[in-house]
Amino acid sequence: MLINPTSPHQGDSWLERNIVDPSERHDSPIVLETKQLRVFYGENEAIHEGDLKFPEHQITALIGPSGSGKSTFLRSLNRMNDGVATVKGQILYRGVDVNQPEIDVYEMRRRIGMVFQRPNPFSKSIYDNIVFALRRRGVTDKATLDEIVETSLKQAAIWDEVKDSLQKSALALSGGQQQRLCIARAIAVQPDILLLDEPASALDPISTGKLEETLMTLKQKYTIIIVTHNMQQAARISDYTAFFNMGRALEYNETSKIFTRPKVQLTNNYVAGDFG
Amino acid sequence: MNNQLKKQLLKRSKAAKLERLGKSVSFLALMLITVTVFAIIIFVASKGFSTFFSNHVSFVDFITGKNWNPSVTNAKGQPEVGALPMIAGSFIVTILSALVATPFAIGAAIFMTEISPQRGAKILQPVIELLVGIPSVVYGFIGLTVIVPLTRSLFGGSGFGILSGTCVLFVMILPTVTSMSVDALRAVPRYYREAALALGATQWQTIYKVILRAATPGMLTAIVFGMARAFGEALAVQMVIGNAALLPTSLVSPASTLTSVLTTGIGNTVMGSLQNNALWSLALVLLVMSLIFNLVIRLIGRKGAMSK
Repeated sequence: MLINPTSPHQGDSWLERNIVDPSERHDSPIVLETKQLRVFYGENEAIHEGDLKFPEHQITALIGPSGSGKSTFLRSLNRMNDGVATVKGQILYRGVDVNQPEIDVYEMRRRIGMVFQRPNPFSKSIYDNIVFALRRRGVTDKATLDEIVETSLKQAAIWDEVKDSLQKSALALSGGQQQRLCIARAIAVQPDILLLDEPASALDPISTGKLEETLMTLKQKYTIIIVTHNMQQAARISDYTAFFNMGRALEYNETSKIFTRPKVQLTNNYVAGDFG
Repeated sequence: MNNQLKKQLLKRSKAAKLERLGKSVSFLALMLITVTVFAIIIFVASKGFSTFFSNHVSFVDFITGKNWNPSVTNAKGQPEVGALPMIAGSFIVTILSALVATPFAIGAAIFMTEISPQRGAKILQPVIELLVGIPSVVYGFIGLTVIVPLTRSLFGGSGFGILSGTCVLFVMILPTVTSMSVDALRAVPRYYREAALALGATQWQTIYKVILRAATPGMLTAIVFGMARAFGEALAVQMVIGNAALLPTSLVSPASTLTSVLTTGIGNTVMGSLQNNALWSLALVLLVMSLIFNLVIRLIGRKGAMSK
């Protein structure tokens, strides 16, 4: 059966929602929570409602068809949509609403880092890429910088591949290595949360595998929220999954439940491959 | 049957003829431009070199001589055709105006692209385009009526000189350098900005450490372009610089540039005479310099392309 998600003829089934609260069934605390989050591009409302709670040291995957708003939602979380879109509602980071004008966005973005769809290293050496943000924060001690470079690259599982060529241009690395370098660069400032916007979509399967392994180990230290259009990827690595459609988070639950016993019809259709 | 097909395929269709015509027209246009450029270079070179070959002036004396008075012969029996004052004047006004214009141009370009793109596009862009379109005689006239009296009252002297020339050239090259810097900044990929901002860098840190670094080749091209324009500008400079073929002793002493001597002198000399040939030699220096500027721009562009 083919179901058109935009068709109003199916009654209100396309508005059917099922959002769980991870804090009720999980002992890890909630680090990030959105309340009545709405995002506008000019007059156009891209996110109608997204009330989600993200548990600490877990990987949460945001899935959904193209244009469902999952990337817009993610980019709003660390205010990367500032100046691009209007974001209304609350984004509670450990209880503090970071979506208010008084917030120092630069300090907030240090704590909530982001890795983009396309690997975007600077046209500098590998070493300079990693220490870029640290130098901007006034860290100049060579020994400290060296140590952070090593631990960040090790955590991103790329140290063995680049340790002998730290002064080489980051642009000489392969796409997969560049993406892991970008992760290392993001964790060099010791963030709390890592947001990843389809980080593997430009990578080949082997690089994707390595990236996923890296993320699995990183979750011990960081809370990870990842947008992906690859459902197998979401099923493989995430603990929680949110399904977005038409600017709404329709279903949010433990990943195993989303993929085996979805409660919302549209989620079922999507994970079964009927649309999207 | 087969014969008919053969006939159809071998017959030149109307479309094929038009195609051929179009190709030859565009090739002719290209040839016309190329021939013109080479003709100019050969003409100026042959005229310019005749000072050294027909009039037997030594090239070194020409480049290093400090006295410009082609109708007078010096103690050695050689005509006084020392071009150093003009060469120096041209370089000084060019470098000074570029030095003054660059910070303003980069600042305006940053404002237009990074800080307030909307206002930049609405207000600054039209203003800059307008400034580019103003004829140079207007700049010169404003320089003559405003800047020259101002420098006269501030620093004494006649008011004509390098300083006035620099002021006029600064305003003239500012829009060129700005609009090219804007292009260079806009060409920096968006993901560089995102990468820096997502790491918690402030907007200024992003501009200074990432965007400006990435745009450096383009900015250098913009500055060299501005310098080429300043070096070649004749009319406006001639109106305010004083036109004395002397080595400038201060910023407010009257001086001259290659272009100003050319425009004032070329109509008052007889073709083929030494006075006329000496001016052509100045034109040759000017041409060689603009070729060098073009070469520098290409080199910067190539280096920029490699580092990306």
